[in-house]
Amino acid sequence: MTTPTSITTPGNTPLPHPGMRPHVPSWEHFPHQADIGVRGYGHCPAEAFNQAALAMIAVITDPRSIQPHETLTIECRAPDLELLLVDWLNALIYEIATRHVLFCAFDVHINGHHLHATAWGEAIDPMRHQPAVEVKGATFTELHVQAIEPDRWLAQCVVDV
Amino acid sequence: MDPARLEQHSPHEWHIPPTGHMRVPAILYASEDLILGMDDKVYEQLVNVTTLPGIVKAAYAMPDAHWGYGFPIGGVAAFDAEAGGVVSAGGVGFDISCGVRALTTGLTRTDIEACKRRLADTLFTRIPAGLGSTGVLRLNTHDMDDMLKAGARWAVSRGYGEMADLERTEEHGQMRGADPEAVSSQAKQRQRDEMGTLGSGNHYLEVQVVRELYAADAATVYGLHLDDVVVSIHCGARGLGHQIGTDYLKLMAVAASDFGIHLPDRELACAPLKSTLGQDYLGAMRAGTNCALANRQILTHLTREAFAAVMPKADLRVLYDVSHNTCKEETHVIDGTPRRLFVHRKGATRAFGPGHADLPAEFAQVGQPVLIGGSMGTCSYVLAGMRTSEPQSFASACHGAGRAMSRHAATRQWNGRQVVDELAARGILIRCVSQRGIAEEAPGAYKDVSVVVDAAESAGLARKIARLEPLICIKG
Repeated sequence: MTTPTSITTPGNTPLPHPGMRPHVPSWEHFPHQADIGVRGYGHCPAEAFNQAALAMIAVITDPRSIQPHETLTIECRAPDLELLLVDWLNALIYEIATRHVLFCAFDVHINGHHLHATAWGEAIDPMRHQPAVEVKGATFTELHVQAIEPDRWLAQCVVDV
Repeated sequence: MDPARLEQHSPHEWHIPPTGHMRVPAILYASEDLILGMDDKVYEQLVNVTTLPGIVKAAYAMPDAHWGYGFPIGGVAAFDAEAGGVVSAGGVGFDISCGVRALTTGLTRTDIEACKRRLADTLFTRIPAGLGSTGVLRLNTHDMDDMLKAGARWAVSRGYGEMADLERTEEHGQMRGADPEAVSSQAKQRQRDEMGTLGSGNHYLEVQVVRELYAADAATVYGLHLDDVVVSIHCGARGLGHQIGTDYLKLMAVAASDFGIHLPDRELACAPLKSTLGQDYLGAMRAGTNCALANRQILTHLTREAFAAVMPKADLRVLYDVSHNTCKEETHVIDGTPRRLFVHRKGATRAFGPGHADLPAEFAQVGQPVLIGGSMGTCSYVLAGMRTSEPQSFASACHGAGRAMSRHAATRQWNGRQVVDELAARGILIRCVSQRGIAEEAPGAYKDVSVVVDAAESAGLARKIARLEPLICIKG
């Protein structure tokens, strides 16, 4: 598990400014007119995916308000890393919708285009978590998974809320 | 968007002539001020839509167009199967058949004022809203498939509403051609306990008052009078629709190259109408449409129960139910020849003018009600379809205000308590579980819906009939 690091930048460009050296690992949101973009940074794709998932949870509520009482295993497979990111976030959205849980931490492993992850969280408590929105799905809009430097990866897309 | 990038054809009509890979022009209906306020992404996305195979006539942007996914929100495009046309999961989106249902109540503002707080609390208790909320129904496999085939008609058959409700619902409450087999088990699982729930984000149930009438003929036919109390319900196909969008966006994005389709944006994911995948999506999307119609029907029933508990003399009748995230097979006359087209409306409302064959008989003289949702605390409108919208936009009009600022910008500017207090001072009661959700949906975060509606009327898409102001808003 990594420690959630919350930074929020209100920039207007979907991709970070060239030369920007984000803290790794970390996550942030980026603006979309109707919805919101989620972006994770990490030393490797798996860590960036982990942080992107935290960014998505933060769209719903403050991840620090969620306790790691329950554990869930998630597997995804996709033709490329970008589709794998969308699959990973959509798998979490599905679990949130059907099990009525929220997640606060993840342990993600990626082997080629296969993802294996453990997610920790608890049942949704509307009064305590105050969920601002329901995420409907991860989209292909502003979808990027790429190395921005040799040991720094970015994983991002817009989520529909 | 810089208007200098467009060819102006009238004060409210702007063209992007075809260049490069564009198969047809793009046409935007908006005032110059609205164009100036539009993101450049609307231009880019609209141009991308014009490159899709089998597109007919033009890609259109409504006055409330803004940056969406693949298609702009407020986008309209029609495709001909016989000309290699496609159906696009991105052109319908995740929120399948999201729409607005308006109910007249037989009450006036005076009737409501004395018990407004009690009514707000009762509605908030009875209408499941927000993330994690569940409905009163638990559908087994058999019931789920029946619901997906028969939509609001299924809900009425189970005691949720009246047959008369169906006559005032698009498709008479049941979208034909739905194929439950084309809906994944995950999508069905996601819907298992979500029937009769409102959702969240910009979805709402509002009790509103008619504050202004613009056209007596249609207002009378629609049953609207000054100071009448109306209920508007804005929501869609819930988790099932979201999962159908997720499933087919991926299938179509991966298969596009096999079909020889170049996608300038993966979110435009589409498949030929004459392909198994295209037909599967149509069947699933129509099932999603039925889910949305059934959902709004059940919410109507719950709303009637809430009103009956507080105001027994209330008589809630459906004014109309119209969706604004759809793909529908319709006949349109192109260069004098009727053609069957698959019209995608993504954040755009069908707006049939007087005399259209698919209208309920009572609307034949005045045109179809076009229900335009506002944002929390701002006004909403009832418009009527015009004959001019048929040749101009495949009989389509706007659907709402559209956001003026991102959710983040809104939470930096407002907090939930402040928004609730300010609206309460104006006599508007808000009920919502999430303070942050209220801040994100603050009225100031949206464009002025009146400006959008004026532009739609000036462009000949739909005419104004009534302006509604909120009294109570239940937010998801």
